[in-house]
Amino acid sequence: MTNHFVDYRNADVFLIIGANPAEAHPMAMRSIGMAKGKGAKIIVVDSRFTKTAAKADIYAPLRPGTDITFLYGIMNYAIQNNLYHHEYVVNYTNASYLVSPEYGFADGLFSGLAEKDGKLAYDSKKWDYQKEGENIKKDPTLQHPQCVFQILKKHVSRYDLKTVSQVTGTPEDVLREVCAAYCATGKPGKAGNVIYAMGITQHSYGSQNVRATAMLQLLLGNIGIPGGGVNAQRGKSNVQGCCDMGMLYHLLTGYLKCPDAPKHPTFKDYLKVETPKTSYWSNTPKFLISMLKAWYGEAATQENDFCYDWLPKLNGKDHSHMAIFADMAAEKVKGLFAWGQNPAVGGPQAAAERTALEKLDWMVYIDVFENETAAFWKRPGVNPANIKTEIFMLPAAFSYEKEATVTNSGRWVQFRWKAIEPPGKAKSDLWIADRIFKAIRQEYRAGGKFPAPILNMVWNYDLPGHDEPDLEKVATEVNGYTVADGKVLGTFANLKDDGSTACGVWIYCGYWAIDPKEEDPRLKVPAAQRRSREDKSGLGLYPKWTFSWPLNRRIVYNRCSADPAGRPWNPEKVLMAWDGTKWITNDVPDFKAKDPVTKEPVPPEKTANAPFIMLPEGQGRLFASGMKEGPLPEHYEPVESPVKNLISKQQNNPLAKRWKGEFAKLAETASKEFPYVATTHRLIEHYQTGTETRNSPWLVELMPEMFATISLTLAGRLGIKPGDEVIVSSARGEIKCKANVLPIVKPLRVNGSTIEIVALPWHWGYQGLAQGSIGNDLTPYIGDANTSIPEYKGFLCNIRKA
Amino acid sequence: MQKISRRDFLKSLGIGTAGVALFEGASAVPALAKENLPDFKLGPFKLKRTKETASVCAYCGCGCGIIVYSENNKVVFIEGDPDNPINEGALCPKGTTISDVSSFVDKKSHQRVPNRQRVTEVLYRAPGGSNWEVKDWDWAISEIAKRVKKTRDESFEEKDDKGVTVNRTQAIAHLGSATIDNEENYLMYKLMRSLGVINLDHCARL
Repeated sequence: MTNHFVDYRNADVFLIIGANPAEAHPMAMRSIGMAKGKGAKIIVVDSRFTKTAAKADIYAPLRPGTDITFLYGIMNYAIQNNLYHHEYVVNYTNASYLVSPEYGFADGLFSGLAEKDGKLAYDSKKWDYQKEGENIKKDPTLQHPQCVFQILKKHVSRYDLKTVSQVTGTPEDVLREVCAAYCATGKPGKAGNVIYAMGITQHSYGSQNVRATAMLQLLLGNIGIPGGGVNAQRGKSNVQGCCDMGMLYHLLTGYLKCPDAPKHPTFKDYLKVETPKTSYWSNTPKFLISMLKAWYGEAATQENDFCYDWLPKLNGKDHSHMAIFADMAAEKVKGLFAWGQNPAVGGPQAAAERTALEKLDWMVYIDVFENETAAFWKRPGVNPANIKTEIFMLPAAFSYEKEATVTNSGRWVQFRWKAIEPPGKAKSDLWIADRIFKAIRQEYRAGGKFPAPILNMVWNYDLPGHDEPDLEKVATEVNGYTVADGKVLGTFANLKDDGSTACGVWIYCGYWAIDPKEEDPRLKVPAAQRRSREDKSGLGLYPKWTFSWPLNRRIVYNRCSADPAGRPWNPEKVLMAWDGTKWITNDVPDFKAKDPVTKEPVPPEKTANAPFIMLPEGQGRLFASGMKEGPLPEHYEPVESPVKNLISKQQNNPLAKRWKGEFAKLAETASKEFPYVATTHRLIEHYQTGTETRNSPWLVELMPEMFATISLTLAGRLGIKPGDEVIVSSARGEIKCKANVLPIVKPLRVNGSTIEIVALPWHWGYQGLAQGSIGNDLTPYIGDANTSIPEYKGFLCNIRKA
Repeated sequence: MQKISRRDFLKSLGIGTAGVALFEGASAVPALAKENLPDFKLGPFKLKRTKETASVCAYCGCGCGIIVYSENNKVVFIEGDPDNPINEGALCPKGTTISDVSSFVDKKSHQRVPNRQRVTEVLYRAPGGSNWEVKDWDWAISEIAKRVKKTRDESFEEKDDKGVTVNRTQAIAHLGSATIDNEENYLMYKLMRSLGVINLDHCARL
């Protein structure tokens, strides 16, 4: 999230697309409701009439997988009617940049697509900016036909409201109402807030869906301001933190790239490729070297490239969730640590993933309950005697049975204290990780393959007299310290690339520091433990409530909250303002407000052209050459779709990730066998795969069993009554559950034909107090081109009475 | 910078590991006007003797504050933390029932009983076995270390086919976890990368 949950209260209009906060993030809905109480408008775009939609001023139904078309409809309306925020667009985005004459777009494809080694890929050089020496050529009048603004204007002009309505199934009058209401936030001083969740991301072009939300917000001047932003609501209490810690194959900590053999064979190559000349990433060497110092301590020296080669390198290939299970099925992956995860229910085509688990030699499973993944070897329909996998199930402590920090979607790193001891033999994950590492290190003391990174890894977390590792020592390492004296660092601005600082996760620098200027003794604690409700700005920033990365900044890109001359767009809600001699800063500035050496204020004109400090060009990207399938989003149909693409001849994202064999079971376009569109969703009573909530008696009583929701018309046609048992099937298999017949799902008119939708929650499995069919047994093994997230939202199915 | 450890700090306030701002007298419910109070005799205040601990809900990404009331190492009650700006005392159905993971009120006896579904032992399932066997931590941890070493050593690649140093294993995979705390994930991450694991992901991918 660029903003945070409390900040929702500052919004004027919400565009909630692909999210259902009333059920999936109920306390976010509380803040949305508080804004509504002050006059804010709520627009909900969803294929189901959700509980969030029930509170909306405008509800727009749309066919799953047509979000780009919908968002382009709004952008086209804003440009055609001159409702975009012109001054913001000219100054804070790349709208004026000239693009290479080699850029082109025809028939749904961009220039530069070619096949290499049997795989399609774009040559993104065709989409480069035009340069004069080192400088990008620009046209601030936005009139040049090769400037980003004109390219975008032409690209979205194909998405007029009539066409949008034919693709999305949203009635044209509703679309017009949405456009008028949301484009009103293009006026300076108005805040439009885009909220999304998995309804946007879980598509074969999910990253481009996200891009479309960001582009809309840039056009309307809604990023970096109170009440605005692009706000991705995370589904778990620490998805944000877990990503921050680097727990994704392609990352090191703090979003540094994981070394990849083809790209970064040596330390020098890594630094060359990953260190841009401009933007905050120009500090990459400081972040990486400080991480290597935190990990390898004295062994990491300038002479040995700080042990860069001890980090494993990728092989240029995908190693994400789906790739891991495909490799497991192919018996390439032999051992698995499943730590608080339940792929047997949560993975795509889950039945095939359960079968893949049988190929493992061993699995270490760590959780609070015995879920479906832990029990895969005794699941219904299999004979345990035939499954050779050895399984260790380790009992873990629950959240309030241990202490540490978690990071919410709004980047607030909050400390939670320990209330009680875990039951029986259960232990914290900190203890378990510590013991497993020490035991492995013990094994390697006697020799083994390349033991150096194991034997030399800094691992000194013992707390004399205590069984648990010392959390403070771990936190200090995550935060960063000076090597010479172990002093906790307050800011990543002090990290060095000479090995004199160590820092596990650079973006967390400061979270464990005590503010030396703080006078209140109750607040002289590590920043993440602060509990002050002080809010001098009245904007709900709560700067002394815990710590918000980076640098306790609550709203990122906040230079954009004021015009180039430093006057706030909204004088009532001031984040940053230039008073003629200095900056008034209600939040931590996301720009150089003071010269770091002279400490003199830096006047606004010096920062007006680079408010997006993480981007090399310093300005927000309406056109982004780093995306795999094109610099601009384009509508493609989900890989399984009931209709042909109306926008172009290109039916699907040409770069969508696909797998082979068992994982290639797909229905054809407009399949007669699977005529309905299926989508998955969540319920307020359950959490993810239900590991905890299906073992909580109250919640099980509230929401006991699996169901599929269909419209009154479809139920009538198939003779299905509410509560009947039904079979829902897809090209991957079939499941049995109850039918829920309610007008919260309605058929959509798409280009003259009627499309019915089947909505499936996915919280059930064969373990726990409440059992039921696994919704994900039906979902396809198809991934987004950039991130490999599965296409859970929008696939084909059939339904019949059982 | 002067370093005060958290433990020292809390000790100086005399509140052990309980939340720092809780004793400021904040309350989730505004005081009832006297004339509105029910006219029956109130029973003893059950939470009076309990320990209050400030925590954060374990479910969605909102990060709502919760207060755990416990007595004799048992959770007695959980409510929303009125000081936390995100939820200001309110909770959703999942947050409200989050004590169930530890213990819940049994319908028949009206007593709080431990959640028997919890895994409380170290369990092992042998190849082809039809049951879990109870084991101790030392045995399990040392057996896991042996499996890891064997698989890693059999699959370890020091260089790829172009001669680039890669120091990796593709035979071990790690999944997790967005339900686990930052510092724990950090240690798990160091553990996996030290082994050379590149098959590493978690459910943010899904």
